[in-house]
Amino acid sequence: MNHNGQLVEGVLKGDRRSIARTITLIENNPSEARKVISKLYSHTGKAQIIGITGPTGSGKSTLIERLVKELRRKGKSVGIIAVDPSSPFTGGAFLGDRIRMQKHSIDGKVFIRSMATRNSSGGLARATRDAVRVLDASGKEVAIVETVGAGQSEVDIRKIAHTVVVVLAPGLGDDIQAIKAGIMEIGDIFVVNKADRENADASVIDIETTINMSWEKKKWRPPVIKTTAAKGEGTTELLNHISLHMKYLENEGFDKQRRQDVETELAEAIKQKTTDSIIGELKRTGELEELIGKILAKKTDPYSAADTLLKERLKGFKTRT
Amino acid sequence: MSRKRKIRIVVAKPGLDSHDRGAKVIARAFRDAGMEVIYTGLWQTPEQIAETALQEDADVVALSILSGAHMTLFPKITELLKKKGLNEILVLGGGVIPEEDIPALKKVGIAEVFGPDTHTGKIIEFIKENTRKK
Amino acid sequence: MFDQKRLGEIQKKEKHWKEETLPGWIQNHPERRSDFHTSSNIHIKRLYTPEDIKTVDYVNDLGFPGEYPFTRGLHATMYRGRLWTMRQFSGYGTAQQTNKRFKYLLKEGETGLSIAFDYPTILGLDSDHPMSLGEVGKCGVAVSSLQDMEVLFNGIPLDKVTTSMTINGPATMLLAMYVAIGDMQRVPRKKLGGTTQNDMLKEFHAQKLCIFPPEPSVKLVTDIVEYCTKHLPRWNPISISGYHIREAGSNAVQELAFTLADGIAYVESAIERGLKVDEFAPRLSFFFAAHNNFLEEIAKFRAARRLWAEIMKERFKAKNPRSLWMRMHIQTSGCTLTATQPINNVIRVAFQSLAAVLGGTQSLHTNSFDEALALPSEDAVRVALRTQQIIAHESGVTDTIDPFAGSYCIETLTDEMEERAIKYIDKIDSLGGVISGIEKGFFQKEIADSAYKYQKNVENKERTLVGINEYTVKKDWVPIKLLRIKHQAEKEQIDALQKLKKKRNDKKVKQVLSRLHKAAEHDENLMPTIVQAVKSYATLGEICDVLRNVFGEYKEQITI
Repeated sequence: MNHNGQLVEGVLKGDRRSIARTITLIENNPSEARKVISKLYSHTGKAQIIGITGPTGSGKSTLIERLVKELRRKGKSVGIIAVDPSSPFTGGAFLGDRIRMQKHSIDGKVFIRSMATRNSSGGLARATRDAVRVLDASGKEVAIVETVGAGQSEVDIRKIAHTVVVVLAPGLGDDIQAIKAGIMEIGDIFVVNKADRENADASVIDIETTINMSWEKKKWRPPVIKTTAAKGEGTTELLNHISLHMKYLENEGFDKQRRQDVETELAEAIKQKTTDSIIGELKRTGELEELIGKILAKKTDPYSAADTLLKERLKGFKTRT
Repeated sequence: MSRKRKIRIVVAKPGLDSHDRGAKVIARAFRDAGMEVIYTGLWQTPEQIAETALQEDADVVALSILSGAHMTLFPKITELLKKKGLNEILVLGGGVIPEEDIPALKKVGIAEVFGPDTHTGKIIEFIKENTRKK
Repeated sequence: MFDQKRLGEIQKKEKHWKEETLPGWIQNHPERRSDFHTSSNIHIKRLYTPEDIKTVDYVNDLGFPGEYPFTRGLHATMYRGRLWTMRQFSGYGTAQQTNKRFKYLLKEGETGLSIAFDYPTILGLDSDHPMSLGEVGKCGVAVSSLQDMEVLFNGIPLDKVTTSMTINGPATMLLAMYVAIGDMQRVPRKKLGGTTQNDMLKEFHAQKLCIFPPEPSVKLVTDIVEYCTKHLPRWNPISISGYHIREAGSNAVQELAFTLADGIAYVESAIERGLKVDEFAPRLSFFFAAHNNFLEEIAKFRAARRLWAEIMKERFKAKNPRSLWMRMHIQTSGCTLTATQPINNVIRVAFQSLAAVLGGTQSLHTNSFDEALALPSEDAVRVALRTQQIIAHESGVTDTIDPFAGSYCIETLTDEMEERAIKYIDKIDSLGGVISGIEKGFFQKEIADSAYKYQKNVENKERTLVGINEYTVKKDWVPIKLLRIKHQAEKEQIDALQKLKKKRNDKKVKQVLSRLHKAAEHDENLMPTIVQAVKSYATLGEICDVLRNVFGEYKEQITI
């Protein structure tokens, strides 16, 4: 059996080393990883996927540690992907989310993996989604994805998770204001963590008001829950709301969302594939260099060049330009 | 789009001492050298360290200890790594470790021991050199 | 300190010097660096003159020794009267081994005991706990129950020595054991003298040897303060420690500021408990590091004393002059010791301890030169102790009080240290105090940044370390045999503990532990119950487990 075959077999058996190596492959070599993912694909779709996002300092990791504890008490197996940013200057990353969850790392039914953003939001989205698939295929009943709520990554989590939990904390001040704009529309559940702090109630009211303004009278109105994860308070309630949201999805348009997600992913895959093959061919034949020369010499422009090229190659597709 | 391979390194403090100044400085130096640093924090048991290395598919495990328990804990860690099939992982030791203990540690699979006065650049160079071979 | 006319003349002369004398010299002998600065990034001038200290008011800013603001020292006679306490932190292996080392040190002229505990003890774990594997007796002595404490103080009368215990998380239990030993030796409690470090705040921002979360930790600290105020008048309940902050990587200003901020927090907590400031403040003590920069360190100690006196007087309205005293213990800085060319450390320790003495310390620990390699050997400990004795008896610096006072440079630096520390304290106040700052990761980040900067400065040679980035040797040489802690100690300790668990009255232990559980839930002062618990031979781990159940456990906060 070849190497990829071994990985697939290992992942399906729940072998932790195979899971780890497959995720590395996803990170380092997407085209090779695609082959493995396509073999795992039919085994995915069973796990419940929870996204947890929020600003630094809101206590996401501690909250996840508590959720894992409760899920384990219920006998569920759990996989966690914790995403942290890479430095844009050095490409290095400091991945410190595990530290809160180390107690669970030796539990055979828990798998924790840290991933760095590697400065590529599109690539990250794909890598995270595929890593979750690996956990799913390996038999984890719940997969949790933790991202820092800033910039691009929070939007991605919407596409990956069934339920997105946005974690905020009182006293983070301006951060919340700044982040709100991007974060408010993606939350299915809002958590005010560190609720034993002053101003927790003010934060709740603040978030409720914002939800009331943006909530388009859909059937699911995001609840706002207070937790004090460090003391284990409110996590049971949070888990209940996550289950409620899952039930809601199952009754209302779970299929619709799933179809939409598949459509998006398929479109992305087609885009990737066509771009790769066309650019690849142009490079091989030297046409690309030639075109660049023409554009530089102002004999044509990038748009017209693309039109001409695609007309030739995408015969049979009715493209509107 | 193929992405560049990154060195993934677990920085861990086995044992009970809490002198994490060195571990933190070195973690920052590794990050600034472009590595992905998985930091596990204090009081890690050998099992936790080995399991972390496995789940994170680390290339390197860097251990820092200043309590004197290295002769008990380091061999336990390398043994567990081997048991989990992580034979290629590069294991480094640092902290207050007497010269005379180093040969025995190397025998159980610690690739190198870096004492208190080591230039971080030297450690980074060692890692780059020895992970390239793999 | 100078009249205007005289200052004018000095200014004129200085201008002349700068324009006429200096340029030629600089041309022929360029300065070694474009900028000279201390560890705290305080710019060091080429030359200090009366101009620099013209705003210093002798009476208000320096005063006289034994009088407010104590810049020149706490005692009116200082070392002309009594030398500082030479207190060597020690402990390793079993209680029996450490008892032997204590007796050796007392014989060699040490004047106070200072106990180092091993990591399991410090973290409230018994020697037979799985996490204790390989750690028992390694970095200090293992104490799991009163039985070990009995052996530790065998033949040492508690009314003849004072004892400092470097213990924080389980300080209540270790103090309780000490009280129990005192009771056994029939020494009246009011005669027990010594110190429990008992400074949890610095654990949270620097050393991280914590058992419980911040709030219950501070509650336990305050329990000791209250208990000592009522029952142990000669005991220093807290040693508010900058040492660990410095060792974790802070610079001198951060060490000073964070320590004083912690001090403020403890005073506030005790006042909240209903104690009057003048009841307990006289027994607060401090603990600082003496690092390499000789001038900055002297200034730091002087500034610390002055600033604390001001804080106690202005902020807390203390009336008892003793409440204004900052009594300090100083230890030379462990992180400055090098593993290569270790004998050079003897010289480092000598300069550092000289700075401590010139800074007016009450107590001093000198590190042994082999400590970057292992726990100190007996020979190395002796050299360390001798270093103090040489300063005390041969150097002459102890014959007059505060000999560096009035130095243009030292007084300028003393002012500068104080000003910068005040800025930090204001900042901490604005963050909502120390606990809030800890939760926000403020201290941890400040310290980690300084530590990284220090390392980078050494690596790019902006800071010269002899034997490390300059003057290195190929072949190193260690002139002594290092101390090895035999694994045997761990086995012996575990055996003794398990024997104890068999022979003690388990029913009594259970009763007292359940009483402790209730007391903890009801927010009582836990000291009296813990004294009963240790006397029933409940182990340290058992007592801590009860409190872990009630208080929860500390979770490390990571800031890099």
